[in-house]
Amino acid sequence: MPIETAIEIRALKKIYQNGFIALDDINLEIKRGEIFALLGPNGAGKTTLINTVCGIVQPTGGHVTVSGFDNVTQYRQARAAIGLVPQELTTDAFESVWNTVTFSRGLFGKPRSPSYITDTLKRLTLWDKRDEEIRNLSGGMKRRVMIAKALSHEPEILFLDEPSAGVDVELRKSMWAQVRALRDTGVTIILTTHYIEEAQEMADRVGIINKGKLILTEDKQTLMQKMGKRQIIFVLRDHINSIPQTLAGLPLTLEDEGSKIIFTCDATLDNDISETLDRLKESGIRPKDIYSRESSLEEIFVGLVGAV
Amino acid sequence: MNFRGIEAIYNFEMGRTFRTLGQSIASPVLSTVLYFIVFGSAIGSRMEAIDDVPYGAFIVPGLIMLTVLSQSVSNASFGIYFPRFTGTIYEILSAPLSVVEVVIGYVGAAATKSVIIGVIVLITAAFFVPLRVAHPFWMLLFLIMTSVTFSLLGFIIGIWADGFEKLQLIPLLVITPLTFLGGSFYSINLLPPFWQTISLANPVVYLVSGFRWSFYERGDVSLTTSVVMICVFTLICSAIIGWIFKTGYRLKK
Ligand SMILES: Nc1ncnc2c1ncn2[C@@H]1O[C@H](COP(=O)(O)OP(=O)(O)OP(=O)(O)O)[C@@H](O)[C@H]1O
Ligand SMILES: [Mg+2]
Repeated sequence: MPIETAIEIRALKKIYQNGFIALDDINLEIKRGEIFALLGPNGAGKTTLINTVCGIVQPTGGHVTVSGFDNVTQYRQARAAIGLVPQELTTDAFESVWNTVTFSRGLFGKPRSPSYITDTLKRLTLWDKRDEEIRNLSGGMKRRVMIAKALSHEPEILFLDEPSAGVDVELRKSMWAQVRALRDTGVTIILTTHYIEEAQEMADRVGIINKGKLILTEDKQTLMQKMGKRQIIFVLRDHINSIPQTLAGLPLTLEDEGSKIIFTCDATLDNDISETLDRLKESGIRPKDIYSRESSLEEIFVGLVGAV
Repeated sequence: MNFRGIEAIYNFEMGRTFRTLGQSIASPVLSTVLYFIVFGSAIGSRMEAIDDVPYGAFIVPGLIMLTVLSQSVSNASFGIYFPRFTGTIYEILSAPLSVVEVVIGYVGAAATKSVIIGVIVLITAAFFVPLRVAHPFWMLLFLIMTSVTFSLLGFIIGIWADGFEKLQLIPLLVITPLTFLGGSFYSINLLPPFWQTISLANPVVYLVSGFRWSFYERGDVSLTTSVVMICVFTLICSAIIGWIFKTGYRLKK
């Protein structure tokens, strides 16, 4: 197994006790050092997938290896490599921040390291709260305590199950910066999110899951190019009712009650709009403004999930 | 072995114990005092000695066992039920810990607390009746074994329970009758033969008998029988726990 693979998931299947198929034949490879974003609507199976890898949910079938270690037969090595920030805020209300993070490090068998924990708390701006009982913290702070717990044993791989839930915009930005900084130290990061913006902003690769099936995994750039559309918008001086006959055969549509002509093309293709420009001129259409737009991951996502 | 992991769980649990030490000790000490006032002084003065042991002194081992049993079950069951209830169990499940390590951490801490409380009850009792411990080593051994065994049982209850009611139901419905009918306050030799035989199915009989023997060299059953039965009971509990973790019963989805 090449060392570049952080996590390998083969034919993973999960049927819950009530017979619900939450994961259906998932195959996925996460490369070392990448940020992988798992996107999917509510109930798609994101949390189930993460919890199965981490040993919290028992798989019905299939295999998972973490850094080359099987997560069942070699669970010690496999689990030691992973830090998990679960979706739910679950903390020991009466413990202090410092104690709970120290406890997590101990659970993973690591020798005490006050300096590392100090460092982690400072990075997550929790240092001032270190002696506070967790119940006295705000939701966003609790989320960061959970991140500190997950990082307490210096994991190679970090799972963030909806890290931005309940975190304000400013803090979200700073969290993204921290996640990137972590990636720069070589940590592999897998995150789930509803905020496409988040995936678009951070991920190297994106996986889209829906109804327990992994619909696709792709480099973010490739995905955007493959699925993405580019549009050039010509803003008209006067409204027109229909595209003039003289412009037939061009990929044009009307928008905004005939005040805009939209030229659509694949983001990847080497387009030449000179012909379109010439013919617009010949047809006597003189745009007063021109701008372009590219489809976001969100549109791609809605297109994919909506289609299934 | 992930010794640091065990230590982390143990310290976490002991930390919880020490935060609530006042309550943990106050209640067993109070009930011991009450028992001595009622059974030791008020009723005990009218009771005959059993096996040549004055009644007040006779009930001391049983009383300690009663406290240790219920403390073990409630400490251990609460210790594992609470993280299940709050969801913090995720961290234990995703940590590189084996079943044995998790159990040692939780059961070790629960049993430690029970032993401490058992000793405190013993000291309290010493204020009321003259005590004589013939075999201190055996006494301590029985105390520890009982604490461990019933903490294992408590651990199982804590995993099985899916609500706080169930958590209290078993101690109330099963443990309390077993201890009261287990010879804590009488010798089972005083029972008719039929009930004596029935009593032998009660694991508490062996615990109390062995424990009392370590005080007064008198027991309802032989020392060997007591030790063997405690071991058998411990093995059964351990086997059930092994099964729980293997199948993920009520722990993993
Ligand atoms: N313990 C369980 N028993 C039965 N079904 C379950 C259980 N846990 C989850 N499910 C079902 O499995 C499906 C996937 O759940 P999961 O939590 O993995 O979704 P998700 O993608 O994380 O959703 P969200 O974005 O809302 O967090 C859901 O339909 C859910 O109802
Ligand atoms: Mg989820």
